[in-house]
Amino acid sequence: MSPAEQSQRRKSTRNGWLLSAPALTLLFLAASGPLLIVLVYSFLTPGQYGNVVWEFSLDGWVGILFTRDIFDGTTNLADAHLTIFWRSVKLSLMTTALTFALGFPTAWFIATRPPAQRAMWLFLITIPFWTNLLIRTFAINEVIRNEGLMNTVLIGAGLISEPIRIINTDTAVFIGMAYVYLPLMVLPLFAAIDRFDMKLLEAGYDLYASRLQVLRHVILPIVKPGIIAGSILVFVPSLGAYVTPRVLGGGKNMMIGNFIELQFGQGRNWPLGAALSMALLLIVMAALLIYVRASTKGNNPHG
Amino acid sequence: MAERSFEVSRLPGFATVAIVVFVLLYLPILTLVVFSFNSGPSVAVWEGWSLHWYADAWNNEAVKGATARSLIIATCASALATTVATMAALGTTRRAAFGGQTFIYVVINQPLMVPEIVTAVALLILFGVVKQATGYQGLAYLILAHAAFCTPFAYLPIRARLEGMDLSLETAAADLYANPWQTFRHVTLPLLAPGIAAGAMLAFVISLDDVVITEFVKSAGQDTLPTYMLGQMRRAITPEVNAISTALLGLTVVLLTLFFILTRKKN
Repeated sequence: MSPAEQSQRRKSTRNGWLLSAPALTLLFLAASGPLLIVLVYSFLTPGQYGNVVWEFSLDGWVGILFTRDIFDGTTNLADAHLTIFWRSVKLSLMTTALTFALGFPTAWFIATRPPAQRAMWLFLITIPFWTNLLIRTFAINEVIRNEGLMNTVLIGAGLISEPIRIINTDTAVFIGMAYVYLPLMVLPLFAAIDRFDMKLLEAGYDLYASRLQVLRHVILPIVKPGIIAGSILVFVPSLGAYVTPRVLGGGKNMMIGNFIELQFGQGRNWPLGAALSMALLLIVMAALLIYVRASTKGNNPHG
Repeated sequence: MAERSFEVSRLPGFATVAIVVFVLLYLPILTLVVFSFNSGPSVAVWEGWSLHWYADAWNNEAVKGATARSLIIATCASALATTVATMAALGTTRRAAFGGQTFIYVVINQPLMVPEIVTAVALLILFGVVKQATGYQGLAYLILAHAAFCTPFAYLPIRARLEGMDLSLETAAADLYANPWQTFRHVTLPLLAPGIAAGAMLAFVISLDDVVITEFVKSAGQDTLPTYMLGQMRRAITPEVNAISTALLGLTVVLLTLFFILTRKKN
């Protein structure tokens, strides 16, 4: 490279940084930077009326899994916390599984429509995707609550005499999350299936594979990056869900997100809330790392 | 040939599941919309057409205040986010790859990866300290928070548009003695405009929809439409909330349709 070219290149790099600087500043001020403060707060002591006292303590992190008995000072596993973590993980996994079971046929259906219709079906999935999560949670709430549409119709038709009471249960949160996160599963699955070469199916059938064998040995392995992407996109927000469990779980059926909020409200234990937030962030980062690993592996030429 | 491959791609039962999924996806939303026009106070028993829940919402001072606040925040935040996103997109595309580009990319897209509740808690702590230190309680905190998480949504369509534009027109302009600013103003900007408009719309919709971060950052009396609705849900539900939801839904659909038209023109 000639000196002139080198200086040209340096100038281009400098301009690149200068142009990106305002965005970086904004995000550092109101997104990334504050996360560091949360990390610091997780190592402090809770103040009496909320907030923190600037004294180093590991109680926030210990408090995630253990409680200290205020009378004899012994440390025990915090069963109430474990119940909340287990509920969060269980409901998120169930949501991921159900959205996949429903989303895969849907994505396949859209991808195999004639090109002229495809955009319309895709648009129909995109609208709920961009619609306010609160509105969608509210919509499903109106359908499944005790005096809601489902029960009104079923009782009116004489099929049941008592309303099906699922609101404020884990089931309601599960149905709600599957409903609101379904488009997040369908879109990446569609993107993967859309790239899938349908001639491979002909090859499979020519070799006397059954439909099930073709699905299991040809389709699923090839669209695997889409399956992983969709699963991460559903699992991550499910794990950190706040609005859906709050509206449909009725306060008792908390998930991690609501538990974190509790620590900053009535719980008055900011360090525990901060430690829980950091733990949630770590789990999410681990999930994203798995995704990156799996998707770079998926880029290897197939066959 | 096309017909044969179409037949081959049929998997039994898939179309049925898909149709059921579309029905289940839209049934609750349509119910919500239909009952916003109910004349009675129920969101499940139909009593006839009426617009009075819209009138009620329209005359409700709390709703008016929340609507104004939502619109002010979304306008300011999307303008700020789109400006910084446009600059960053210009800085990270169409130039020789430089060290740190991945870093910039990760920082800008960070709000897409971090759970909202974690960012919400982080901003609650930070802005709490700032509010105490400065005594300022205004909307700027919400605007700043919204602008930050809207930036990736503005950045991605602008960047996509830029990547589809080569530098030949800019080079031609420079050859004709246009200075860099003139080149940007009269060549790059008009070509980039649909991307910027698309990015701004997405940012606007994302800001308008936010619940979690707003709920944690807002000071007393700073409800936006979504946090107002969340507060209402604890009480008896009336079709007034349906009416607000329907209005918000309508606005989202209009903006998204515009977004699709803008991004499609490119192809």
